[in-house]
Order: sequence, then C-alpha cells, then structure tokens
Amino acid sequence: MQSYRIRRINWTDLFMWLVGAALLALIIGGSYLTLQQGKYTAVQWFDLAVFGLAQGSVYALIALGYTLVYGILRMINFAHSEIFMGGAFIGYFAATSMQRSGFMEANPYLGIVIIFLVAMTTSVIIAVLLERIAYRPLRGAPRLVPLITAIGASYFLQYVFRGFFGTQNRAYPEIAVIKGTFPLFGDFQIQKIQVIVIIAAALMMAFLAVFVQYTKTGKAMRAVSEDKSVAALMGIDVDKIIVSTFVLGAALAGAAGVLYSFMFRIVTFYMGFIPGLKAFTAAVLGGIGNPPGAMLGGLFLGIFESLGPTLFLDGLGIPAPYQLKDVIAFTMLVMVLIFRPTGILGERLSKTKA
Amino acid sequence: MSTFDWKKILQIGLIGGIVGVLIALVGMVEEFNERDIIAGTLTMGWTMLILTVLVMAYFVAGTVKAHSWLNVAAGALSGAVFSVVMSLLTWMVDSFDLRQTLVNASPSLVKILTFEQGIPNGLITLIVAGIVVGAVGSAIFILPERIRKAVTLGLGMVAFLGLMQDIIQVSLAGFEGLSDAIAWMFGRGIENGLSVAGAITVFLVVSVSNLLWDTNAPKVNARIEKLPQKSRRSLKWFGYGMLFLVIIYLPAILGLYLTEVVNSTGLFILMGLGLNIVVGFAGLLDLGYVAFYAIGAYTVGVLTNLSGELTSSFGWNFWFALPAAVALAVIAGVMLGIPVLNMRGDYLAIVTLGFGEIIRILALSDFLKPHIGGSQGIVNIPPPKFLEVLVNNPQTLYYFIVAGAVLALFTSQRLRDSRLGRSWKALREDEDVAQAMGINLVATKLMAFATGAAFSGLSGSILAVKLGTIYPHSFALLISINVLALIIVGGMGSIPGVFVGGLLLAGVPELLREFAEYRLLIYGALLVVMMQVRPEGFWPEATHKRELHEADEEARLTAEGQEA
Amino acid sequence: MNKRLLALLTLLVIASMALAACGGGAATEAPAEEPAAEEPAAEEPAAEEPAGAFECTDAIGCVSIAPGDPIHIAYALTVSGATASLGEDSKGAIEIAIADRGGELLGHPIELSGEDTLCNAEGGQAAGTKISADATIIGVIGTNCSSEARAAMPLISQAGMVMISPSNTNPDLTDPSHPDQHDGYFRTAHNDLFQGRIAAEFAYNELGVRKAATIHDGSPYAESLQRVFAEVFAELGGEVTAQEAINVGDTDMKPVLTSIATGAPEIIYFPIFEPEGNLIAAQSREVAGLETVLLMGADGLFADTFPEATGSAADGMYLSGPYVDVNDSAYGEFLAKWADQIGGVPPSGFHAHAYDATNMLLNGIEEVAVVDADGTVHIGRQALRDYLYGLSNYDGLTGNLTCNENGDCATGEALGVFKLSTEEVNGAWPPPVFWQP
Repeated sequence: MQSYRIRRINWTDLFMWLVGAALLALIIGGSYLTLQQGKYTAVQWFDLAVFGLAQGSVYALIALGYTLVYGILRMINFAHSEIFMGGAFIGYFAATSMQRSGFMEANPYLGIVIIFLVAMTTSVIIAVLLERIAYRPLRGAPRLVPLITAIGASYFLQYVFRGFFGTQNRAYPEIAVIKGTFPLFGDFQIQKIQVIVIIAAALMMAFLAVFVQYTKTGKAMRAVSEDKSVAALMGIDVDKIIVSTFVLGAALAGAAGVLYSFMFRIVTFYMGFIPGLKAFTAAVLGGIGNPPGAMLGGLFLGIFESLGPTLFLDGLGIPAPYQLKDVIAFTMLVMVLIFRPTGILGERLSKTKA
Repeated sequence: MSTFDWKKILQIGLIGGIVGVLIALVGMVEEFNERDIIAGTLTMGWTMLILTVLVMAYFVAGTVKAHSWLNVAAGALSGAVFSVVMSLLTWMVDSFDLRQTLVNASPSLVKILTFEQGIPNGLITLIVAGIVVGAVGSAIFILPERIRKAVTLGLGMVAFLGLMQDIIQVSLAGFEGLSDAIAWMFGRGIENGLSVAGAITVFLVVSVSNLLWDTNAPKVNARIEKLPQKSRRSLKWFGYGMLFLVIIYLPAILGLYLTEVVNSTGLFILMGLGLNIVVGFAGLLDLGYVAFYAIGAYTVGVLTNLSGELTSSFGWNFWFALPAAVALAVIAGVMLGIPVLNMRGDYLAIVTLGFGEIIRILALSDFLKPHIGGSQGIVNIPPPKFLEVLVNNPQTLYYFIVAGAVLALFTSQRLRDSRLGRSWKALREDEDVAQAMGINLVATKLMAFATGAAFSGLSGSILAVKLGTIYPHSFALLISINVLALIIVGGMGSIPGVFVGGLLLAGVPELLREFAEYRLLIYGALLVVMMQVRPEGFWPEATHKRELHEADEEARLTAEGQEA
Repeated sequence: MNKRLLALLTLLVIASMALAACGGGAATEAPAEEPAAEEPAAEEPAAEEPAGAFECTDAIGCVSIAPGDPIHIAYALTVSGATASLGEDSKGAIEIAIADRGGELLGHPIELSGEDTLCNAEGGQAAGTKISADATIIGVIGTNCSSEARAAMPLISQAGMVMISPSNTNPDLTDPSHPDQHDGYFRTAHNDLFQGRIAAEFAYNELGVRKAATIHDGSPYAESLQRVFAEVFAELGGEVTAQEAINVGDTDMKPVLTSIATGAPEIIYFPIFEPEGNLIAAQSREVAGLETVLLMGADGLFADTFPEATGSAADGMYLSGPYVDVNDSAYGEFLAKWADQIGGVPPSGFHAHAYDATNMLLNGIEEVAVVDADGTVHIGRQALRDYLYGLSNYDGLTGNLTCNENGDCATGEALGVFKLSTEEVNGAWPPPVFWQP
C-alpha cells in the first residue's frame, strides 16, 4: 500500500532489518561452525534431508486441506488435524484386523490400498459431517465465529475418539513390503517407506493440481474462491462446491494420516494436534489459500525442522539444540512473513482482507 | 399438508438415538452411573440420556402443527425410535466383545442399560421408558408457555443442584446452623445428589416462584418505572452498593475452595480484558497471548525466588518485581508488535501463535535452564506481603486479583472511549481507511499490543505467587485459545462480556472438575453449539451485535418488500 | 409516601447487610490466621458423635464415620489431555483395589471422589484446595506429576490428610531439606535418586559400557532421571557423550539421534514415555552408527504396548522398573481383574504403584480405626500418618515396600532391570527380570 510513495525510513523498519541481519548472521555463523567441526558426514546430512523431505510431504498433504478450505471459505479449519487423526485411527483398525487374519501377508499391496481407502473414507465422513453440522449454518458470520467453532469441534472430535477407543497408544502392524532400505551409491541409502511417502504425496499433489485446473468441479472451486455470489449467479451450486472442497481436503488428510502412521506407526487420540499445527504453519508459510504454496511450505518446513537445529545451533554449542526445533521453524516463518507478508507464493497485495 | 410428518419424526428420533449411542460409547453413561442426581433414584448417566430424549421429543413435538395428543404421540414415537437404537446397541455390546476396539462397550454398560434385568426383559423396560420419557418431553412442549418455562427451570435447577452437590455441601459445611437442612436436602452415604424430598422441594420452590415472578414482574417493573428520577437513581446506587459489598465479602461467603475457583477465573478474566483490547477493540487476532502471561510469571519467578537453584539469585521483593514483570511484558508486546505490523488476519494469527510457542519452548529448554529453570521450573517463590499480611491463601489472594481486575476494567473502559480507543475501532473496521483518515497505524497497533501484554503480564505475575512454583507446562497454547474463546463467547469487544465468558469458560469447567476426562468433550460441544445459537456472544457490544444482525435485517426487509 | 417507604426499606436492608457482613467479616479481617483456623475443621466431625463414647486425642484431629456413611478417599490424577493415559492407569488400579474389598471397609462403603489435575501446578493447586476443603476425606491417591504435588501437597498436608503418590519421582518431594517436602506425603513410585543410580550402576558395572548418551523429553520426570543417571555414570568413571532433549509430540527423532551418533555412545538412556520412547527406539536402528547401540528406558516405558508398538527395535532393550516377579501370580491376577473390570490392559506403567498405594491407605485406615459398638468408625489423622511412616515390608505388587521418615516407600531395593526379547515384541508381558541390585 505504501509502495507507491517514498517511505521514510522509520525506526520500526530499522529494527526489523537489524533483527533480520542478526538472525541471518546467526544462521550463517552457526552453519559455518557446524560444518567446520565436521562432526557429521555427508551420509548423515543426506539422511536428514531425505527424512525432512518425507516429513515435509506429509505436512504438505495436510496443509493442502487447510489451504483449500481457506481459499473457499476464508476460515481456518482448526478441526482439520482431527480429520487427519480420524483417518489414521480408523485405518489402524483396518490394518490390524487384516494383519491378524493373515490377509495382509497374502495380499500386501491390496491390503495397503484397503487401509488407504478406509482411512480416506473415514476422514471424508468426518469432514462432511463437520461441514454440514458445524460450519454451514455459519456462512456469513464474522471471521472469528467459525474459528471458535472449529476449535470447539477439534476438542470434541479428539475426546470422542478418546472416549470410543481409549487412551492407550496403538501401533500399526509392521508391513513387510514397506520395510527396509533401497541402496543408492556408496554408503548412501534410503528408507523404502520414505520413498513411498514422498512419491505418494507427490502423486496426490499432482492429481490435485490437475483436478483443480482442469475438471469442472475444480474450475467451479476456483470460481467460488474468487467470488461466492458471482459464482452462484453463474449457476454454480456453491454449497455443493464447498462440500467437495472439504471432501478433497479430507481425502488428502486421510491419506496423509496413513502415510504418517506407516512412518511412525503409533496412533493416539491427540496425534493430530502437532502435525496439524505444523501443516497450518506450512500453509501460511506458502501463502494460505494457494495450493502450490502449501506444498512448498510443507516441504520447506519439513526440511528446515530436520536440518535446522543441527545445522544452525550445533556449532554454536547450544545444549540440546533439537529441543529448539520449533523456535527455528517459527522464527523462520516470521522472517519470511516480514519480507513477504502474504507468504512465499501469496498474493502480492493483501487486497482481500484476510 | 400433513400435520404428522412421519419421516421427520423418525429422522429426529434416529439422530437422538445416535447421540445416545455416542454418550454411551464415549463412556459417560457408565462413568456417571455411580454419581446420583437424585439419591438412589436417578443417576447422572441416566440423566444425560433422559435429557437427550427430552430435548429430542421437544423438537419432534414442534414439527407437528397442532396442540393436542398428536404432539405427545409424536414425542412418544421418537422416544421409541431412540430406545430401539439404544436396545440395538445394548444387544450388540452384549453379543459381541467389542472392547478391543470400543473400550467402553463393556458388560457393565449392558447391565446399566437393561436395568440389570437381562437382555429381553431389560430391553422391553428400556423401550417403554423411552416412550414414556418421549411423551413427557413433548407434553412439556404443549404446556402453556408460562408453565413450560417454570417446569423447565425447575427441572434444570434440580439437575444443577444435584450436579453441584459436593461443592454445595463442602461450601456450606462451615455454617453450623445449616447442617440439618443439608442432611435433609442431600443424599447420605454413597448415595450422593439431592434426596428425593430435596429434589421435590427444589422443583416446587423454583417452579412456583418463577410462575409468581412471571405474573408479577411486569407490575414490579412498572412500579420502578413510575418512580421519580431521584429515587430511581438511589435504587441504582443501592444496587452498586450491594454489588460492592458482595465483592468485598465474597471469600468469606464462598469458603476456600470456591474462592480458589474464583481466583483462577479472575486470572483468566484479567487476561481476557487484555486480549479484548487486542482482538476486540483493535481487531488484531492474537493466538500467542500466553507468551506475555509466561513472561510475567517468569520475571516474578526469577526475580523473587529463594530456591538458589538458578545461576543468578536476585531475591527481590515482590512489589519491585511486579512492575518489572509488567514492563517486560510490555516490551515483549512491542517487540512482537513490530514485525507483525504489516501482517493481517490469519498471517497475524499464526505468527503470534508461533511467538507463544517460542516463549514456551525457550522456557522449557536446556539452553536457558541455568537461568530460568528449564523443565524443572522455578520453585519456592515466596508469597508477597501486603501491609504485614502475607498473601498466601486463596482468600487474601482474591483481593489482589480483584484489585488487578478493577484496574484492568477501569483502564479498558477509559481507553475504549478515548481517542486511542476510537482509533482502534477504526483499525478494526478497515485498516486502509483508518490510515487514510490520518491514524498512525504503527503507534495504534503497538499501543494495543502493549496494553494487552501489560494485563497478561500482571496476570502471570499473580499466577507465580499464587502457585509458588512455575513450570513451562503451564503456558501451553491451550491457554491462548481458552482466552480467545472466552472473549468471543462473552461477546467480542464487550467488557462485561469478558466477565461472562470468563465465568462460563474458566469458572464452570473448574467447578466441573469431576467430569474430568469429559470436560473438554463437553467444552468443545458447547463451543460449537454456542456459536450456532449466539454467535455474537452472551453480552455483545452494541455495534458488533448490530453488524451480525444486519444480514437478518436486510433479509427481513427484502422479504417485506416482496410481500408488499 | 411511596418514596419515603422505599428509602426506609433501603436503609434497613443496607443496615442489615452491613451488620451481617461485619459478623462475617471478622473471619477475613485477619486472613493470615486462616490456615490455623483450618485445622479445627478437621476435628469438626468429631463433635457430632455421642458424648463420652470416643475422645479424639489425635494431634491433628480425627474423622468419624457414622454407621452407613462412607469412608471417603479421593484421587488427584491427570485424566485428561495428553497425559490422560497416566491418570487412567492409576485410576483403574485404585478402582480395582477398592473392588477387591467389595467396595467396603470396616462395614462402611468406600467412596472414591476424584479430581483431574491436568499434569500442571494449577491443576494440582485447584484439586488440592478442593480436597482439603472436604473434611470427610481421609486420604488421597495422587498425584501423577510431580509439579501437581508441589502445589497440592501444602494444602493437603495442612488439612491433616495423607497423600500417597503412585508416580511422583522428583527427589525434592521427599527431601527433608527442601521446602516442598511435607508431612503426610508418601509415594510408592521410585525416587529418581534410586532409579537413576541403579540404571547407571547397571550400565557401568553389569553391561560394562563406558560411553553413554541420554535423552529427555522436557518433562520434569525424565529430565531429573537422566540427570541423576548422567551424574552417577560420570562418578563411576564413564563418559557421558551427550545429554539431548526432544519435545513431547515430536515424531522425527532422526536429527537428535544423528547428533548422538557422532559421539559413538555404547548405550542410550531415555527415561521418557510412550509414544516418543517408541519412536526413539525404532528410529535409532535406522541411524548410521547406532544400529547396535544398547537402549535403556525406565518405568515410563514399562508397559506392554511399548514392545508391541516398537516392534523388532525393542528386542534386546533394557528397562529399569519395579521388580515384578513373573512367577508371582498376584500381578497376573491383577491384570486379569483389569481385563475384566476395566477392559483391555493398563494404559501406562504406574498401575501397580497405584494399586499398592490404595491398599496401603486402606490397610492403614483399617489398622488405626477405632470402632464403636454401633459401628461408628473414628480415624486419627496423625495415627494414620504414623502408621504409614512406620510401614515396613508391605508385600505389594511392586515388591517390598518400607516407608522411611521422609515418605519414600519404594526403597529402591525392589527395582529391577528387565530385558525385552522377541517374546515381548510378540505380546508376552511382563518380561523376566534381568538384573537386581
């Protein structure tokens, strides 16, 4: 807004530039010191990067759900993390029952597909119910009303799952076909599950991009996100499009839930909270409402979390640097947003009042 | 047009049934079966199911457009549907062992739902009971409005007193003269809740007095209206005087535990008043408000603690540490404010959330452990002394918190009506226009953050001396969300709303500690319902309410226009 | 005329209010004395019983229970939020211990009321205030987290009650020189000083390792346990290569493990909880340099879901924990009761401690009670404390319990180190004891 007139350099800008410069110095200095120490080998850096990529892919999948809903309704669906959790949780029951009956061993690939289908269906059901019961009556309400509803729904869903299925940790069975590693050159190798996660996430994101760009529903979605009332005048059933957005986001979250559980195996009723928070951060980092931005933000955040503490802080001699992982992630977010207030790929002008 | 809509009735019955199944499978029926509302007669678990049926039948009766036995029949039908669903559940739980998956689908649930009569008999009883309760629910609907209101209020009061019985009994235990009355009103032994006689008395007293009040209220109001200006004013001052007295003597009336509840609520209200300035007045969505709370608490903790476990020992007096804590919170508020000056809406939300998390993680980290205690927190924070009185128990702390709240109340009231307050409002409505009107965005925004942070810092300082120990775990994101929810439930931007919201979202959950694991479930469900029913909050600010209902108003006008 | 009447009435009401208020105000005028005034409240029920039948001579008061009235105990556990499994675990065990006695003691029903403490100091303080305000409560089982106990215990101690914790392990709570140690506080959980020392001695002496790394999760429990471990290990002559930390809720342990790997430790000690513990165990096998490192956890991971959920990585892992004799049928019976009454298996590792704590409390009540001819029961609060302080060789699920004068009932002798094998990974539980000090 101020770009078209010459700005005086005021003290706030100065302060921000100073902070930015200090942080940058810290990052560069820390990285230099860490690398100079030579504590870590190239293989270790590579492992960390791949791991971050896998984690980031999952964040990206969840972030897409936030960003899709945000793009259309301009609301933060805080309960999206519970949609993710629900998928992972019910997927667990499918996985264990198949494991127990021996089906998993006989048809591992079909089994995995079934787990995905179960989880995605669960997530979709939760999301559609949520939209119908909690969000639809709130169309046109001020921005904070749906936000509070979503927070309420998030608690409610979490504790319903807790009540239904108890508090104990449940673990996905170990599926033989996704265990082990692929050898690359030399000492470099890569976990099978990480490859699967990265590829599956990439495929789904590609599908989403095609869907939004070329299908009729996808085009309608874009229209609704531009202007609901005009879209309605063009003969688009806005309610239906909103539901399909929720379905799409939830299906991705369900898939992310399964991928996440394949990686980490353990499901609990509160497992959605932290990945949800990270994914939300990723969505904002990339520019909320912008699907490619969410993907980018997710990957960026995943890699940052994985490499950041070791790279930046280890060399500075800070004890237990890994504990400060989220400090790095959020500081990074602030730095990005200071210089690009609407995220990496966000609209340049914040004309639509977010 | 049929007046008896089968499909709708079955549908609502089914939804009710699903809610019932949910309540049962989440474990509430079983958990609260030990807990009586009316001693030996009605358990809390059953109360929840009965309440579901009553509400459901009430809605069902509303779908029938007649005031006759048809409504009752509809209610009974929906009750039947409900209990058939519940019977199905009971039968399933009894026949298959589902406990590997659904931990609460246990034999004891079956026992409760079949009234310990075994499968066929018990289920018949269940269905009959469902029909009867359904009929009663719809019968309440067709009562004349005055009586309906009185009856619902009476039933509600019975449920409420039964629910709160232990708190009431504990609080009243100090009053010698009441012990006989308490013994008569409440159940004895392991049968807790109201006694049957007590329940009937409560119901009658509440219903009849409500009926009487309803008939006489217009007269009373009219009489007050008719009073001359001067005595009306004295009536008003009399009201204020009473309020003042109540506030002064509250801890003596409430006893230790309830004062403690009031204190924790007070801390939330104090924070709410601060956040209300940031979010309610200036429209800056802040999800990291807990950071200032933490900064306040930690400053006091570091400066005053006597534990000798930290590297630097200050051993300040609390009254010197307090202003330091507030000042530090203000500085932190400005520091947070500067980078987010250009951000809007949800970008702001996530950055502030991140700020809250950064502060919490730093407090927890091994990195800063030598200075601020890390995960072991700071222990041994001495209670402050005020004029030779040690502020170390809930009843003395209460006055301290009230003083803080009054200060915050006064400040935000004055600020709201000041030039700054109007700038905030302009900022909230439209940032660009506000800037065009010559409002200094930077100063205005930073003032909002700083003022908000000051109250939160104050609240945190009080927390530190209240607990005597502080842990980083006390400063979770949940606190920020709770405070935000309370100002929205109270009514955004409304100062009395903060008090209402605080009582509802901080006070009531504190009282319902007994619900333990179901507290957050109920909290979540209530937030959702509340936002649907009263999105503007319980005590909305005038402009905000008008905005929310503008759409309704327009719709009404267009509708009228079309009719004309 | 109307106006004058109103003014008169107003004056009257204000005057009566003010008078009533002054009467009530005397109590608040001197708030500093309030705690002192609390103590007689504990004796108050004694006033109700028939004169001459029983004289309460107890130093801090008695609780009298008329025929038909319940014997009232309370729990203060964390039953919601992320630590819910810890509270659920203890709560189930308390319920089983009560059910074992048919829900009755000395002919009186046992009433159990509960408070959620949320695993933070605020929750502990609120629960402590509520419990201490109810003079009918004799004893408390709780709290789960040490932070709760710090805030709750001053109140409960002042009210003359006893509190037995199944899972507080912080050394301060039973350190007589620390302000957080209070009369009437006991615990069946192991003081970190015992458990950390035993783990370090085991690693150094038995396993013969010389380089160790530790990980904690930011909980006061794990932080303090790993600190004791590291101190003792270094004292014995070993080298601590790294003391790292993760956050609760983290899933990617690779970076922290990679960093640990650079120090090439022979053992990693991570006394944390599920699910982070599972992830560390599982992911350590995937980090270059840590494929064969020894893993060791503590009683926070001593639950049957741990090896199952961790899979093959848990094979060969050591856990320090309360020594439970597999051949002893009592624990098996307990698990059977759990499956029957609560369903499934206990969700965390402190149920046996909670069961023992409840039994100790109920035994104590039974032991010190004075029963009148009409069935009225009188319990001296100091007598109950004395009984517990003097308790020795109580044969519980967690071994022989002997309370010392500071309230530590688990002496450390009943600790053992367990080794997990493929059998546990496949569902067998509990594992055989590997080593005992």
